[in-house]
Amino acid sequence: MTDPIRPGGDSAATIEAYGLTKSYGKPAVRVLDGIDLRIERGTVFALLGPNGAGKTTTVRILATLTEADSGTARVAGYDVVAGRSAVRRSISLTGQFAAVDETQTGEENLRMMARLTGQPRAAARRRAAELLERFDLTAAARRPVRTYSGGMRRRLDLAAGLVGSPEPGVFFLDEPTTGLDPRSRQELWEAVRELAARGATVLLTTQYLEEADRLAGRIALLNRGRIAAEGTAADLKSRVGGHRLDLVLTSQEAYMKLAGRAVHHSPETLTLGIPTDGSAAQVRALLDEIDPAGREIERFGLHSVTLDDVFLALTSNTPTPNAPTTPEASAHV
Amino acid sequence: MSDTAVRHRGTDRLPERAHTPGRGPGPFTHTAVMAARALRISSRNIDALITSLALPIMMMLIFVYFFGGAIDTGTDYDSYVMYVVPGVLLLSAGFGAATTATAVSEDMKGGIIDRFRSLDVGGTPVLAGHVAASTVRNLCSTALVFGVALLIGFRPAASWSGWLVVGAVLVAYIVALSWISAAIGLLARTPEAASGFTFFMSFLPYPSSAFVPTENMPDWLHGFADHQPITPAIESLRGLLLGQGVGNTPWIALAWAAGMLAVAVGASGTLFRIRTR
Repeated sequence: MTDPIRPGGDSAATIEAYGLTKSYGKPAVRVLDGIDLRIERGTVFALLGPNGAGKTTTVRILATLTEADSGTARVAGYDVVAGRSAVRRSISLTGQFAAVDETQTGEENLRMMARLTGQPRAAARRRAAELLERFDLTAAARRPVRTYSGGMRRRLDLAAGLVGSPEPGVFFLDEPTTGLDPRSRQELWEAVRELAARGATVLLTTQYLEEADRLAGRIALLNRGRIAAEGTAADLKSRVGGHRLDLVLTSQEAYMKLAGRAVHHSPETLTLGIPTDGSAAQVRALLDEIDPAGREIERFGLHSVTLDDVFLALTSNTPTPNAPTTPEASAHV
Repeated sequence: MSDTAVRHRGTDRLPERAHTPGRGPGPFTHTAVMAARALRISSRNIDALITSLALPIMMMLIFVYFFGGAIDTGTDYDSYVMYVVPGVLLLSAGFGAATTATAVSEDMKGGIIDRFRSLDVGGTPVLAGHVAASTVRNLCSTALVFGVALLIGFRPAASWSGWLVVGAVLVAYIVALSWISAAIGLLARTPEAASGFTFFMSFLPYPSSAFVPTENMPDWLHGFADHQPITPAIESLRGLLLGQGVGNTPWIALAWAAGMLAVAVGASGTLFRIRTR
């Protein structure tokens, strides 16, 4: 590969944050309430959480676009406040809204970004062509961005972030697939995997467990400005099961009998959700164990654990798989 | 890890590494790239381009042929067109500059400003780029106005030095009005509001000596018209173009422009920081 590697790329490409807090507005609303993060060089890390959890604020602080009220953070070896310019030259940011000009073509956008990083005209043209090729946009290079699909726009945005950063760099991707159709999402995942394969350090935020699962080595669950849990996808899922077996029971008695081992309760419809790894063997064994006579379960359905499940299990006092509670206590959360 | 323990910002910052990844380009490169961008974008907005070129000419034709016959400008001027051209030039500068507000506001709406900031481009180069593009657009429409004015009987009698001062005053006003407009673009929450707020800039030439002599206005308006920033510009352009004495009026005009520019640059810098916090 002929990517121009800019000098200084040998600094430890890790992201570290200690005790970040941030409040907005009057009266002040605490958006971040003490965030600690440590992201190893060359890994993909996902910040998972619902809207308003503080994901974007965290990314903006680490990318030097917003200053924290307190706490400190280093990116690629530089303090995000004192070494702002150095951090900016080391990172690449793709926000929730595609940050490219609609009326310029893809090629013009990339050439402009390259010129802004100080590359001379000829080098900027080469770099633009190279990135368009790499993100499969060569055919659309001379079309105005407003004619692009959502997926093409995000890929151009990723390319734009890459224009001036040394590779393998540090990437911040804030909800990169929100609003994309499934095919575009796949394409973007592919692009992120390719970055990771080149040794990039990636911090991505997402609302989707599946996305974090497929892309990230480690996941932090962000809830109301705090890290509620952190670990590998397997760690997190093992704490809630990975899949949920929903059982519609035949009677109130059967419901009461099994409620203790469920993570999801819906007394109105006599439905219980039981954690499982989703394998046929385990589901079969579970059904046999719960209902050996074949009379108590009317129907069942299997689905992957959703963010809601992980979230409810790890952030509230609602039941976790191994903590039996009564259905009355947890029916309405 | 002891050096990265929790601490409040601003009190005890970590030393910057001596080894920084490649020095970024300076604000001049950034401004040049931003100006090229703004020009490219506005050259593709054909509707706005035609409007900004055609409107000043239509205004001039309306004043010369619709109202001109009824306006008494005294005996110093052979015809109304001789009187009104400087006013039309300033009016079109106001109209042209106003589009800067919309362009800046459009930028603030999307994610592009974050992208520029993450490329370490400051707010001033972004705005300066828009202002430079606005100046180029305005000089085109100014040339067009001059051309049409010549066709309908405008006969300037300015000296070479007079032309130079005319150019300087025009450019100074265009830059100052464009930068005020950029600040308005930062102030407005939507591009629509931005375009509405610039109304006062397009309106300012009316209560001045641009279209009618101020002596004919009521006293209170007369006082305002004589002391507002557009009047010295109009008086110097008119005097210089017609080869009359202008005294220190061009200096007053340039001082106004410099003052407006200084306020606009200062205000827009603060507004940019507030909007991107």
